[in-house]
Amino acid sequence: MIVLTFLLQTVRIAIPYLFAASGGVVAERAGVVSLTLEGFMLSGAFCATLGSHYSGSAWVGVLCGVAGGVVMGLLHAIASIRFKADQIVVGIAINLLVVGLTRFFLHLAFDSSSNSPRVAGFGGENAGSGVMALVSNPLVWVGLVLVPVMGWLMYRTPLGLRIRAVGEHPVAAESVGVPVPRVRYLAVTLSGVLAALGGVYLALDQHQFTDQMTAGRGYVALAAVIFGRWDPVRAGIACLFFAAAETLQIQLQSLQAIPSQFVSMIPYLLTIVALAGLVGRSVPPAALGRAED
Amino acid sequence: MSTAVDVTPPPAAPDAPSPARRSRARTRLEEAFLPPIVAILAAVVVGDLLILSFGQSPGAVYRLLLEGTWGNAYGFGQVLYKTTALTCTGLAVALALRAGLFNIGAEGQLAAGGFMAAALGLLLPAGTPWVLAVPLCVIAAMVGGGAVGAVPGALKAKFGAHEVIVTIMLNFITLALLNWIVAARLHVPETLHTPELHAGKIARLGGPFTGSAANWTILLALLAAAGVWWYLFRTRRGYELRAVGLQPDAAEYAGVRVGGVWWRAMAVSGALAGLGGVNFVLGYKGYYEDGFAGGAGFLGIAVALVGRNDPVGVVLAALFFATLSQGGLAINAVVPKQMVEVLQGVVILAVALAVPEVRRLLRVQPRRV
Amino acid sequence: MTPPDQSAAPVVRMAGIEKSFGDVRANRGASLEVGAGEIHALVGENGAGKSTLMRILSGMFTPDAGTVEVFGRDVTGWSTAQAIAAGVGMVHQHFMLVPTLSVAENVVLGMEPKAGLVVDRARARREVEELSRSTGLAVDAERLVSRLSVGEAQRVEILKALYRGARVLILDEPTAVLSPPEVQELWGVLRRLREQGATVVLITHRLDEVMEISGNITVMRAGTTVDRIRTAGTTPGDIARAMVGRDVALAAEHDVYRPGRAQAEGRAALEVRDLVVSAHGRPRAVDGVSFEVRPGEILGIAGVEGNGQTELIEAIAGLTPVVSGAVLLDGEDVTAFHVRQRGDAGLSHIPEDRHRRGLLLEYSVAENLVLGQQHRFQKGMGLDRDRINRNAGEQVSGYDIRPTDSELPARALSGGNQQKVVVAREMMRDFKVLLAAQPTRGVDVGAVELIHDRLRQARDAGKAILLVSAELNEVLALADRVAVMYAGRFATVLPRAEASEEVLGPYMTGAHREAA
Repeated sequence: MIVLTFLLQTVRIAIPYLFAASGGVVAERAGVVSLTLEGFMLSGAFCATLGSHYSGSAWVGVLCGVAGGVVMGLLHAIASIRFKADQIVVGIAINLLVVGLTRFFLHLAFDSSSNSPRVAGFGGENAGSGVMALVSNPLVWVGLVLVPVMGWLMYRTPLGLRIRAVGEHPVAAESVGVPVPRVRYLAVTLSGVLAALGGVYLALDQHQFTDQMTAGRGYVALAAVIFGRWDPVRAGIACLFFAAAETLQIQLQSLQAIPSQFVSMIPYLLTIVALAGLVGRSVPPAALGRAED
Repeated sequence: MSTAVDVTPPPAAPDAPSPARRSRARTRLEEAFLPPIVAILAAVVVGDLLILSFGQSPGAVYRLLLEGTWGNAYGFGQVLYKTTALTCTGLAVALALRAGLFNIGAEGQLAAGGFMAAALGLLLPAGTPWVLAVPLCVIAAMVGGGAVGAVPGALKAKFGAHEVIVTIMLNFITLALLNWIVAARLHVPETLHTPELHAGKIARLGGPFTGSAANWTILLALLAAAGVWWYLFRTRRGYELRAVGLQPDAAEYAGVRVGGVWWRAMAVSGALAGLGGVNFVLGYKGYYEDGFAGGAGFLGIAVALVGRNDPVGVVLAALFFATLSQGGLAINAVVPKQMVEVLQGVVILAVALAVPEVRRLLRVQPRRV
Repeated sequence: MTPPDQSAAPVVRMAGIEKSFGDVRANRGASLEVGAGEIHALVGENGAGKSTLMRILSGMFTPDAGTVEVFGRDVTGWSTAQAIAAGVGMVHQHFMLVPTLSVAENVVLGMEPKAGLVVDRARARREVEELSRSTGLAVDAERLVSRLSVGEAQRVEILKALYRGARVLILDEPTAVLSPPEVQELWGVLRRLREQGATVVLITHRLDEVMEISGNITVMRAGTTVDRIRTAGTTPGDIARAMVGRDVALAAEHDVYRPGRAQAEGRAALEVRDLVVSAHGRPRAVDGVSFEVRPGEILGIAGVEGNGQTELIEAIAGLTPVVSGAVLLDGEDVTAFHVRQRGDAGLSHIPEDRHRRGLLLEYSVAENLVLGQQHRFQKGMGLDRDRINRNAGEQVSGYDIRPTDSELPARALSGGNQQKVVVAREMMRDFKVLLAAQPTRGVDVGAVELIHDRLRQARDAGKAILLVSAELNEVLALADRVAVMYAGRFATVLPRAEASEEVLGPYMTGAHREAA
């Protein structure tokens, strides 16, 4: 029983990471820096809350969340690809912008500075957090299935091949007629949608939006991408690993064995270790962050 | 075999343009000032939209904002207080950028600096004269920030690890660590802060600014700005640092050890951010509080960008963002202060977009700074 | 082998092509005619405009003026996609392969065979292997491109073009990166392609290869086409003369060799022993080079760019580590010395790329004039501005740098004046050995004379100078001894008296390969 609870808890925590990390893999593989995952997630969470609140339906919430992800994704894409702005600065700007916008509209819509009213999620009001709640939440299934699907997309489809080419050697891709900017726009917008879905899940699972509710999950997802060496399946495994560590810490809370702060450090420490090449080289896509081509 | 005409093989860029029609100085001024101006204009436009969506008049709101900041002594004192930390983090990011490095970790470095100052302040005996205690605590702050900053620098020099990701990760690690230390050992019950320091506190400015948080740390911040300016533009190491940021190949040719410049720049950058921590810990509250940084580290990036990585520009930009931040409080009754946060994001985004666009329009060669 | 039928309509006809990049006029009224089934060589010096012309043909650039006809159709200004679709494929000098993808993936990128939603990998591999077999271009379809040798990578590039149905194949300096046996393999492939009805245009400056493989030759010089020759009826000498033209005589009048007054004597100021240096993709870019330069002499290294000169200079300067071998300055082994240490030991370096290495364009002229010596201009922690300005004043007037305001950023100066800044800096300081790589590149004629004078003065004052220049005239005007670098080695070293264009030419083009 304990094992089951552990697994359920891990999955519950991992889903937002899985969504955002999938988005991160797609965008970064295409050569665009994904510091924006945090902002995408938060905007997805907020838009989903708005949608669910005004319609009473979780699915409408999902659609609104996706719309939010598309808008933010396009903003990132236009700034980075058309304007060739420094992608790191754009990432930070968008994250700050989303925090400000969500707070502002939180005020405007709900007259609160910290949270929205309760909204409908999946599995009804009394679902709790048991097996049924998890199993009946379609986003959970999508999130889990996303890992192999992204792997399939990146390594089996023509689009995936082109994305990988564009992120490594855009000039070579261009020379054979691959429309580099278009591929990047697609990848970044897709990353916006996927990361936003991570936020949608969060908000609908907690049945409300709270200020800055993503709390750095977007960065953990980015850590998973890097630790997973920009491979969708590896990144997915990293997400599960990070989530498991969090679950372990929560379950051990009563024992006070490991302080929560240290567990929260794990993804970040591992990423630094990976970047320093201490567990094999973690080499990013060669054209990452350079939009000159 | 020889050629009579030296024709550069394409698609390499042609040789440097012959003295241009528009004066060189004018181009430089335009390149430096246009992006921030564009950014501020963009902020005003978006601000107008947000204000209107709340059913208020932009003119009235802006007037209220100015009255609440530059219009009264308390408000201006608060502006000065906020300018201090932003100047420090802005200098930190600007210096690193001059070396071609992106320091996103100012938040953690600032917190670490504040913590080290508090730690020393708690260790020193209560009667320590301020001439001794304050400098010691300030140095402790800079050492703390510098140590945190040196790590990404060293990792980049040794392993080529990209400093953007490392600094972001280290931010979380540093803040988590500090949170644990305070929560586990040092906090006053029912709070998230340490007990008051025994020594090393910095006096408030008082005078016309009595009642505000403005304190003498601002003098330190301005001195730091002057110091950074002198370091960058008057010393040999600054010459080499800027060279690394502009054209690492030429710096290498000039005998500069690029890796050494990297980690030293990051260490100094961290130290500057750490200095910012003193503003709250020594100058305002007299204790270390978890989360006191309040985003100053990230805003420092905006300050550096709008300030075009120049110490003077950084001070001005810090003043601007501090005004905006304090102004948010002043207008909160009318329009939520969160509007200011939106505007901050808009300004950063606008500068980010404007810089390459202005360069493209002026046909200036691209560079990192 | 019967020569191609010249009377049939040309497969490619380009006429009156003009193309400029900013101030640089790369093509001025260039033309080209290639018949079906030819292997056509396009020859000319570096910078003659050959690559530009072919990139226009392949759709990468649009000409400012002129017409391009392929297979009888006017295709002026077409895109790469259109060119590829019409059967014109180009293999570039710098490969355009994605290192993290396999051979097959690179070949099919952009027109991937599909099975439903998925890439049909099996079919891609099959088709690539088919093509590989039928053309004789041996490749392993599943191998990652990053693991390929340069020769193998080139084969993949050719396969890429053929996979897209190229009937006209353009190869830009294909042998620059190949070893002699690989070159022969390439010829085999080209001949087989010709038998299959393809047309090949080969951009090259290597005349021995031109004689071996081509049927017809088009010669370009200074952006325009100057001659069309049948290979069968010509000699390397004729081609070289066409490549170089009358201008040689003019230039030679300006600059005549003047022997040093002092005889080169004593211990070698610079000694290089069995130096091996590797570069990106070329493990032996410098393939075991040994030589000496004595005080009071200029050793000039002639040769077409890309034969290892760059790597040699960078290794001696300390900017590239050596694989093996030694560098000695005045008898002292400096192989492990850092750049600054070598500078302090008396080494001066005029780098060949002033924008990349030699200058910081954002810095003022005065600041640039102490680049590399900044540690000598300190006053405490700060820089001694007075001394720097005085130094600038001396060097600006000493080398007639214009404009004279040394506070201007270096980017404000013309190319020639920028180069003078670099030369002034490196020559007006204390040094024993000077590395001068392309010292007068992009410099106006008057300044060339000034720089050449200064070089001779330095030599007469007992300095040792290692000169590298792609301009043979320059080498002949300045050097006391002339070496030719070809394929990473010194093909020959001759005293100036024995050196001339006729003698050196064959060494430079590999027609006469000396066993090193």
